[in-house]
Amino acid sequence: MKQFFRPYANLIALISVFVVLYAVAGFLWGGLVLDRANWTRRVNLPVEQPIPFSHQLHANSLGMDCQYCHASAGIVAYSNIPPSDTCVTCHHEVKRNSALLAPLWESVNNDTPIPWVKVHDLADFVYFNHAVHVNGGFGCTTCHGQVNEMPVVWKVHDMTMAWCLDCHRNPERYIRPADQVWNMEYEYPPTAVQATLGAQLVREQGINKEVLTNCAICHR
Amino acid sequence: MPHTTILPSGSDATRNQSGINELSEGSPAPRLSPQEQLRDFQARMELLRGKQGKAYWRGLEELADTPQFDEVLQREFPRGAAEWLDPISRRNFLKLMGASLALAGVTACTRQADEYILPYTNAPVGLLPGVPAYYATAMPLGGLTTGLLAKSVMGRPIKLEGNPKHPASLGATDLLAQASILTFYDPERSQVVFNGNNQSTWANFVANIGPQMTQIKAANGTGLAFLTEATSSPTFAALMERLLADVPNATWYQYEPLARDNAFRASELAFGRQVLPKYDFTKADVVLALDADFLNSGVAWVRYAHDYATRRRIWEGDLSRLYVIEATPSATGTMADHRITARPSEVEALARVIAQRLGLNVPQASGLTLTEKQEKVIAGLVSDLQAKRGRSIVIAGDEQPPAVHMLAFAINEALGNVGQTVAYIETPLVQPRHNFEGIKELSEAMGRGAVRMLVIIGANPVFTAPADLDFGAKLAQVPFSVHMGLYRDETGRAATWHIPETHFLETWSDGRAYDGTTTIMQPLIAPLFNARSPIELISVLRGVELPSIDLIRNQWGVPANDRFNTFWQTTLDEGLVADSAAEPVNVKVDLGSLPPAPTLNSGGFEVIFRPDPTLYDGRFANNGWLQEVPKPLTKITWDNPALISPRTAVALLNIPVSDVANLKPEDYEKLSSANGRMLNITYGGRVLRVPLWVTPGHPDNTVTLYVGNGHTALGVIANGTGFNTYSIRTSDAPWFGPATVTATAEQYKLVSTQMHHSMEGRAIVRVGTLDRYRENPEFVKELAEFNQNLKKSLFTGEWEYNGHAWGMTIDLNTCTGCNACVVACQAENNIPIVGKSQVAMGREMHWIRIDRYYGGTLEDPMMYFQPMACVHCEKAPCELVCPVAATVHSHEGINSMVYNRCVGTKYCSNNCPYKVRRFNFLQYVDETTPSFKLMRNPEVTVRSRGVMEKCTYCQQRISAVGQAAKVQNRPIAANEIKTACQQVCPTGAIVFGDINNSEDTVTAMKELPLNYAVLGELNVVPRTTYLGRVLNFNPEIGGDVGITYFVEQHHGHADDHGGQSDGHGGHRK
Repeated sequence: MKQFFRPYANLIALISVFVVLYAVAGFLWGGLVLDRANWTRRVNLPVEQPIPFSHQLHANSLGMDCQYCHASAGIVAYSNIPPSDTCVTCHHEVKRNSALLAPLWESVNNDTPIPWVKVHDLADFVYFNHAVHVNGGFGCTTCHGQVNEMPVVWKVHDMTMAWCLDCHRNPERYIRPADQVWNMEYEYPPTAVQATLGAQLVREQGINKEVLTNCAICHR
Repeated sequence: MPHTTILPSGSDATRNQSGINELSEGSPAPRLSPQEQLRDFQARMELLRGKQGKAYWRGLEELADTPQFDEVLQREFPRGAAEWLDPISRRNFLKLMGASLALAGVTACTRQADEYILPYTNAPVGLLPGVPAYYATAMPLGGLTTGLLAKSVMGRPIKLEGNPKHPASLGATDLLAQASILTFYDPERSQVVFNGNNQSTWANFVANIGPQMTQIKAANGTGLAFLTEATSSPTFAALMERLLADVPNATWYQYEPLARDNAFRASELAFGRQVLPKYDFTKADVVLALDADFLNSGVAWVRYAHDYATRRRIWEGDLSRLYVIEATPSATGTMADHRITARPSEVEALARVIAQRLGLNVPQASGLTLTEKQEKVIAGLVSDLQAKRGRSIVIAGDEQPPAVHMLAFAINEALGNVGQTVAYIETPLVQPRHNFEGIKELSEAMGRGAVRMLVIIGANPVFTAPADLDFGAKLAQVPFSVHMGLYRDETGRAATWHIPETHFLETWSDGRAYDGTTTIMQPLIAPLFNARSPIELISVLRGVELPSIDLIRNQWGVPANDRFNTFWQTTLDEGLVADSAAEPVNVKVDLGSLPPAPTLNSGGFEVIFRPDPTLYDGRFANNGWLQEVPKPLTKITWDNPALISPRTAVALLNIPVSDVANLKPEDYEKLSSANGRMLNITYGGRVLRVPLWVTPGHPDNTVTLYVGNGHTALGVIANGTGFNTYSIRTSDAPWFGPATVTATAEQYKLVSTQMHHSMEGRAIVRVGTLDRYRENPEFVKELAEFNQNLKKSLFTGEWEYNGHAWGMTIDLNTCTGCNACVVACQAENNIPIVGKSQVAMGREMHWIRIDRYYGGTLEDPMMYFQPMACVHCEKAPCELVCPVAATVHSHEGINSMVYNRCVGTKYCSNNCPYKVRRFNFLQYVDETTPSFKLMRNPEVTVRSRGVMEKCTYCQQRISAVGQAAKVQNRPIAANEIKTACQQVCPTGAIVFGDINNSEDTVTAMKELPLNYAVLGELNVVPRTTYLGRVLNFNPEIGGDVGITYFVEQHHGHADDHGGQSDGHGGHRK
């Protein structure tokens, strides 16, 4: 009977073992890369909204305060998206007839909500509290980035648990003086200065660092 | 190909060789051969025979100590519990697994779908997103209201708390109020108007009712009858009055299956008018309950339990003493210092004996022979009552005949209690007719064809009316009938029209509490379904269609445009109309019309009808929380068996026992196998087939039936669950009467949570007498099984808790086992129900359970309750064994569950000495029904299949207060955080707080001498500790706590505590 396998079959077998191994590894690696990709986590991806509301225009050019619309961010756990009526306070005079505002008028006239797309979407098992952070000396820009420079909003951090923990383990790196929380232009001092300033602020705020990494702080 | 199926050994359900009451689904499948098994069994029995009764036992089966029982004890979850139950074949399962694995891989790489934020268009003033608002309202039940603060999150009511300013609540509620939030969101509530079997509309109904009413009015209302539930609503009464003025010949009947006719009749006979007593238990040194379960059911029991508890805290003052004479074991009986049982007909005879010995001239019943214990207790009771003139209370149960109530009135008067501990007030109920006479009259009129139009509001008489009236058949003869109800129930289906009724959380209404305090009830939300309120219906019958708010405002004289009416604002804000409580009236008892003394007939059986401890009269039967919460004493869920005494079971089933008078442990095993045997109960000529449950402490030859279960047309939860005991109830004897009882050979599967989580007879509940406490206030600490200084732990090093340290104490002196905490926890923490078959496998999910322990003998046991939830061990055994660190400790001492990490190994539960962890074996939470989504507490994660869970000390409440304090830059105040179980507890038995804060009440509790840790000997350092119970026996009578603790057995405590022979300890040798 003729020999079925030629001598080079050994080589093929050897190569194919490696090919399979690399393919599997590559597939897994690809999955991991995809999982961590900005696209998957929606980082730095501008989000299309029903009304192309420009924070750049409102916050920067017009100088409106964050809390004019996001009134509950400093008081309670949830920062609110303003009700349609808040827009109307100005827009019943300003740019009243702009085509871009059509969804607003539709909302006001029909008493239907405007379906804003959630940009910062934490997992449902995370209980984040805005007020505690804001009153503890953590500014808007620390998590949300320079929203005041965004024509449409995007997320600047991936907001994974690792990212949260970075700050929960080292709050002194990100804390700022209480009166600077709402300051969109705030710049952290050089690392060495921030280290001492941060530690001092953490102490002043009565932040108990060891408690910050308890699971129950965010998960219940 | 050889067929090798890998299946768990217990899955072969046919191999049940035990022949003993099946404790778990699937077979116990012992690995011993039958002969070995028998030998083993006999050996165990031999061992037991040497003992004089393990005086501390839990459940009949525990005493039996059978191999089957051992198996149940030793298995973390009963056999079969972990196996796949769904009707899916193994092949399908593998297919599904393959698909889900593939999908799991894919989903990890896809990104999440967009979510939307839908803000208001015009936000309500003052609404902050996610911040709960509380509205004062009230819950009506049996015509009387209990004040509530309803928690609303973003417009959805999600939890009910008691209104601290309301006299019937004082901040607590019962379990029915807790569970009514589930009824509110019940998707099976009636949603559509029905005309016969066709869906219709409200407008259609209004168009139809107009001509009908015109006709009836022309006849001055002849042929028109109203049947409503009991009510105390001033608006409803005023509207009815106006309507009846239009139709003077119409009749208004009221029917509550649990009506207080007996008390009203007694009041008419004794005082010539309808006044009812109201009690002040805070001033009572001695209390006698004549078959009155005033601590766990009946009028204002939440308030009465609260008041009674103030006198059972020995660290606050002298203890009161509670005597209970009862015909069926009740929660009040478990709280008694002296409890005697009597057949229901004998209670009156005993009351007459007591009255006579107190110097009242009342004729005595013939045929009564007092047992030795009854004689002894009554003698002691009488001298106690005489010594405490003006500081005692005699209270009669609503189920007892008028004579018992009259005797209670007379004794209270003779002892000078009236004006001190007892006050008489006009009843807040509107037109309290005699319900049973009324419904009898109505059904006779219906039978004669004298009723042309019948309007039924709220009631469900087809189901609840006495069976001899045959209400359903007669209703079919009424040409035009309207039924308004929460459900399209048995009556709703029989009526010409059915109108969905609003739940009390979605309509304006008013009502009065037991003491007359009036509440204007405000809605939390617009009606979920297309429902109307009773006052709207009455108004439409008068030809005026007005919304409930206008009717209420009109009644209270508040114009709709008066937006700043102070009365309106304050009343709604406070939850009650100021100074609306009824004034006491002066009445004198006249015993002249006391019904003649009965002649007792000791032979035959007697049947007792009682409200279901969790379902009330059956209106809550479609509420899964209430069906699944174990009944306080039997721990049975999803059923209502007939309760009988052990001795009766022996006689009825011819169980061979050596000595009936002195039931021994080896007999108990045979007794427990009787549980679930079907009985034929013949009462008033009708037969009910119902399973039996052997209940220690039940009087002999008496059968207790709970009403309310066994619906046929309420909803999927209620239909076919339990047994309809109304089907044999009669209008002449609705509470008790003679019956014949025979056993059948049929066996029915009853499910009790009693056998699960057994802790064996250790010093779990620690009880002592007052004498013992006086001798050594710290006696509970000595009852530990072994040296508490054993400081061994797998945890190395000591951890310092410098910040907050959360802890809890539970007072066993005041826990009445009412289950309010169990249901409150369920509502607060999104805990699912699992159904009867799952409970049978020990898979119930309640984070708190209330253990019930017996001490003493089968015939006359002492009963003890102990709530048990995760005790948050500082050195938690569960944490060490979790391979994925899904259960970890916080720096504040809370043992947290991280659901996302949990992979479901269940090792933690294996290693938990308290057996308080609950595992989601299947997808128990209903994630699809829209109305249930609205109900859930948004602050608590909804757990899915495969995840372990347990008490978190209401972490969400701790966080909410802590974060608010942080935002306001202040420390958490003392006692600022209340857990759900603590907040609901009527007696304040549960105290939670920061044990590092000396101002917190819990810190003071932990320093009390009675404070002890359950299984503290294990050095797990639990944060929840218990306050041992002190029983206040009358020295004249003596008593026995019924428990001999191991430590006492080993040390021969009788010598240590001389002169305590009757004081404590049980079966000494």
